[in-house]
Amino acid sequence: MNERKVINRTHGPDAPHGDFTRVGKRARKVDSMAVATGAAVYTDDIALPGMLHAKFLRSTKPHALIKSIHCDKALALPGVHAVLVGEELPVKYGVIPWTPDENALAVGKVRFVGDEVAAVAAVDEDTANAALKLIEVEYEDLHTYLDPAEAAERHEPPIHPDNRKGNISKHVRLEFGEVDSELDKSPHMIEDDYEFHGTAHAPIEPHCAVARLSGDGVLTLWSSTQIPHYVHRSLAAVLELPAHRIRVIQPYLGGAFGGKSDPFALEFCAAKLAMKTGRPVKFLLTREETFYTHRGRHPMQMHFRTGCDDAGKITAVDSKILIDGGAYSSFGLVTTYYAGQLLCGPCHFPTYRFDSTRVFTNKPPCGPKRGHGSVQPRFALEIQLDRLATKLGIDPIEFRRINWQGENVDTVNGQTVTSNGFMQCLDAVEKASDWKAKRGKLPKWRGIGVAGSMYISGTNYAVYPNDMPQSGIMVRLDRSGLANVFTGTSDIGQGCTSLVATIVAEELGLRLDQVRVTAADSDTCPVDLGAYSSRITMMAGNAAIDAGRKLRKLVQEAVGEKLGIPAKQVMLADGEAFDSQNGDARMSSRDAFILAESKFESLSASGSYNTPDRGGDYRGGTIGASPAYSFTAHVAEVELDPETGEITVHKVWIAHDCGRAISPVQVEGQVEGSTYMGVAEALLESHEVYGGELPESGLHIRPSLLEYTIPTSLDTPELEAHIVESIDPEGPYGAKEAGEGPLHGSLPAIANAVYDACGVWLTKLPYSPGRVLKALREQGALDGAGGATSHSSSGGATSQPRADAAPSTDTPRGGAS
Amino acid sequence: MLRSTGPAGRPRDSDLRAFGVRTLRFQLNGDAVEVAAPDHWTLLEVLRYRAGLTGSKQGCDKGDCGACTLHVNGRSVLSCLTLAGDVDGQSVTTIEGLVGPEGPDVVQDCFDAAGALQCGFCQPGMMMAARQLVTENPAATRDDIKHALSSNLCRCTGYTKIYEAVEHACQRELETRGDVGGGAGGGAGSGAGGGAGGGAGSDRGAQPS
Repeated sequence: MNERKVINRTHGPDAPHGDFTRVGKRARKVDSMAVATGAAVYTDDIALPGMLHAKFLRSTKPHALIKSIHCDKALALPGVHAVLVGEELPVKYGVIPWTPDENALAVGKVRFVGDEVAAVAAVDEDTANAALKLIEVEYEDLHTYLDPAEAAERHEPPIHPDNRKGNISKHVRLEFGEVDSELDKSPHMIEDDYEFHGTAHAPIEPHCAVARLSGDGVLTLWSSTQIPHYVHRSLAAVLELPAHRIRVIQPYLGGAFGGKSDPFALEFCAAKLAMKTGRPVKFLLTREETFYTHRGRHPMQMHFRTGCDDAGKITAVDSKILIDGGAYSSFGLVTTYYAGQLLCGPCHFPTYRFDSTRVFTNKPPCGPKRGHGSVQPRFALEIQLDRLATKLGIDPIEFRRINWQGENVDTVNGQTVTSNGFMQCLDAVEKASDWKAKRGKLPKWRGIGVAGSMYISGTNYAVYPNDMPQSGIMVRLDRSGLANVFTGTSDIGQGCTSLVATIVAEELGLRLDQVRVTAADSDTCPVDLGAYSSRITMMAGNAAIDAGRKLRKLVQEAVGEKLGIPAKQVMLADGEAFDSQNGDARMSSRDAFILAESKFESLSASGSYNTPDRGGDYRGGTIGASPAYSFTAHVAEVELDPETGEITVHKVWIAHDCGRAISPVQVEGQVEGSTYMGVAEALLESHEVYGGELPESGLHIRPSLLEYTIPTSLDTPELEAHIVESIDPEGPYGAKEAGEGPLHGSLPAIANAVYDACGVWLTKLPYSPGRVLKALREQGALDGAGGATSHSSSGGATSQPRADAAPSTDTPRGGAS
Repeated sequence: MLRSTGPAGRPRDSDLRAFGVRTLRFQLNGDAVEVAAPDHWTLLEVLRYRAGLTGSKQGCDKGDCGACTLHVNGRSVLSCLTLAGDVDGQSVTTIEGLVGPEGPDVVQDCFDAAGALQCGFCQPGMMMAARQLVTENPAATRDDIKHALSSNLCRCTGYTKIYEAVEHACQRELETRGDVGGGAGGGAGSGAGGGAGGGAGSDRGAQPS
C-alpha cells in the first residue's frame, strides 16, 4: 500500500483559545426540538407525487433451489406497476468488498426463511400485498443447516456454491507467543465453554427507502441507512449506473445500532423499481420483516483457557470460537477477526491465541451489532478473569488492577493503546457501588459483580482500501454570521450533528444557533464513511477542527488588521470577536465574517481526517487497529429468585473513559443506552429460529416486538453513568468513543454478580428463568436450605468455593481511590 | 409458513376491496377536519397518509411499541390499533398539536433539555404518554412514571433521561398550577378536551430554557 498521508494531527487536546466555551457543556442537541415537535422528517415521512409502494415476496423455505417464478398474474392485477425478480439485478454485493455474496433478490436459490425473492410496486400497500399472493414460486428443497457445528463439518450441499471453503465463511487463527507452553507452566488455569445466543438490534424505526428517478437522469435514494456512502457505491455497482448520477440522502433516522450498516435489498429494489416504472417508489419493511433482514449479533460457541501466576498476573489466553453467521457474509470477515482482536485490553496478555471460525447457516444473516464481534468473547473472558480471581482469593476489581496494561503500550497483537483511563473507571464504580461493603457480604441470592472492557474509536482502515480521508467536512461562513457545515456523517440518534456543530462553534467562537449542519447527502456533503465502528467523534470531530481552524485564522487576521493588533491576540467566543488585551475592542461574529470576506474572498474551508498507520505487521493485523481505545468498567447488583430462576438486575454502575466528553449529556445517554441494551441481551432477548423438520424449520420464533422482548421501562435497571476523561493525544480535543464500549461489560458483570449471589457461574446466555433454574439445579445451588441469609458455597461442576468472600488487600497494585 | 407480508390484525388483503370509503369528521389538533378514508384504515394511517401529519410514528403496526401513541379526548391511545372510524366526532391530539402559539409544550421542552431525545422515533408516542401523566398526576413518583411509560418502548436511552425529563415536566406543571391559583389548571384538564384551540392545551407558556 502507498504511504499513508496523515492529514490532521496538528492540533492538541486544548481549546483553540483559553477555556472551552462550547465543548464539555451540558447543551441541548441542535436538532432535537424538531424531533420533539414531530417536525423531523424520517424516511417513511416522505411522500412524493405519484409515489408507488413496494413489497417483497420472501422465501418460505430455509434452503431451496428456485425452479421457477411466475409473475404474470401479479402483473395483471389492476394497480400493479412492476414486478421485479433476481435476474434483473444480477450483480452481487456485500458491504465487505472481498465477500460479495448477496443479490438484491434471490437468483437461483434461497438461503433462509425470509430471503427476498421478488418485489412488487403498486399504487398502494394493499394492492402490492395482494399481488404478492399471485406470484407463483416453485422450490426444490435442499438440506437445511441450522446447527453451526454441522455446517463447519458438512459442505454438501453448500449454501454458497461459489465459496471455495464450503460452508466456512471465514477462519482466522492467530497466535502471539507460546500459548500452550505458558499455560502448561501456569500454576492456575481456568478452562470452560461459553455460549452467546444471538440478538437483534430492534430499532423502533423499521427500514425504509424511497427512490426517485428525476427528469435529468439523477437517481435519488432516501434511506434509513447509517452508511450512505457505502450505499452510494453499492447502488452504482448493482444498478450498473455511473456513481455521479446517484444521490443518496439519509433523512432523520430512528435508531440503527449496526442494523442499518449494510446495503439492503430494499434500497436496490426501490431504485430499480423507480427506474422501471418512472415513478417514485417507497419500500417500508414491516416489523416482522426487520427480523429477517436482521444482521444482528452472532451466536457464538466459545471455548476459553486463561492462565495466571500466583500473584494473579495473566500468563496466557487461548480461545476457540465457532460463529454462526447465518445465510450471508455481511461484515462476517471482520466479525471473525474482532472476536479475537479486540480482547487485548484493558488487561495485559503476555501471550494470546484465538481461533475463530464463522460458518454459513440457513438463518437470517448476522452482522454488526453495537460492540461488533467482541461482546460475546468479552463475556467469556471477563468470567474467566473472575474465576481466576476467585481461585486465588483476590478481589475481582483488584485482580483487574493487577493486570491493567497501562497507558501508551502496544498489545500482544500489535495494537497501540494510547490514553487509558481504565483504573479511574474501576475506582469510580468501586466507590459508587459501595463495592467493598457489598462484595461477598450481601444476603444469599443477592450479589454484585464487575467487568471491564475496551473498544475501538473507529477503525484505521476503510471498508474498501483507499488513500482518501475517512471523513471530510466543509464549512462556509456567511455574511449573516452563520456557519454552514456540510458533513457526510450519519446522525443515527447518537448526536453527531450536534457534535460537529459544537466543534465548529468552538473553533469559530459562535453560539450553537449560529451553526447550521447539513449532513448525509452525497450531493452536498464531503464523504464520511458512516456511523459504524464508533468512528465519528474521532474522525468527523478532527475534520471539523481542521476546517474550523483554517477559517478561524482568516477571521483573526482580518479582525486583527482592523483593530490594529496581532491576529493571535484576537479572540473568538460567544458570537463575538475581540481583543484579548482590551475587552472594549470587540465586534460581532457577523461583522468579523464581513471583514474577512472583504479582505480575502468568499469564505469556506474543507477539513478532513485520516488515521495514522497502526496495527500489527501480519495478515489481519490492521483489523481492530484504532486511533484510540475507550475503556469501561461495569458493576452490576443482582438478585435471583431461587423459586423461578428469575434474575433481577437492580442497578448497574458504569464508568466510561471517553477521553474528553465533548457533550457530557450525550455521552451519558450513550453509556446508559448501551448498558440497557447489554442487560437486555443477557436477560430478555433471543433471536432464534425453529429447528426440526419442514415446514417450521428455519422459521423465526419471535418476529415481533411483543415476542422479541426488548425491555420496557419496568424491565430496565437503574443505570448510573460516570464519565472518565483520559485526554487522548489523537482524539478531537482528546475525545474518544462512547457509543459501543459501554455495552460489553453489562453481560459479564451480571454473570459475575450471579456468582456472588449464589456461587454458580452461568456461562450460557440468555439468562431466561427456565435456563437459570436448570443451571442452578444442575450445579447444586438449590440443594440444602433455601433462604439462608449467609453465603454457602455450592457444589457442582463449575461452581467454586467462595474464596473471595474476604477480599485480599495485600495485592501488588493497590487501588488509588 | 411466513406469517404475513402485510400488517397483522388487518382484514385479508384479498378482501380489502370489499370495504367502502367514508368521510370522517373530527377535531384534529383543535381544527375541525373532514377526511375521506377506507373503512379499514387505522387512525395512524389516516393521519400519516391523508392528513399529512407524520409526527406519529409506525414502529410495529400492531400495538407493541407505542410510537403511534396520541390522545383521543385527552387520553392516550395506540393509533395503529384504533380504526379511524372510531374517532368520528371525537377530538384527536397528536405530537404536532402539543406545540402552541407560544412554543413547544413543557413536556417537549423538558425532553429536549434532559437529553432524552436520541433517535427520537419513539418519542412522539412517549411524550404523549408523558403528557397525560403530567396532566393527571404531576406529583408522580419515579415509580409512577415507569408505570405510565411502560407501554412505550425506547431503544436508545435506557429510559433514564426520559424519567428525568418527565420529573422536570411534572415539577414545572406544579409550579404553573401554583402560579394560576392551584387546582387543575384550564388546559391541563386533559388536553384537547375538544373545542377550538384544544390541543393538549396546558402550559403553552413554557419556553425553552
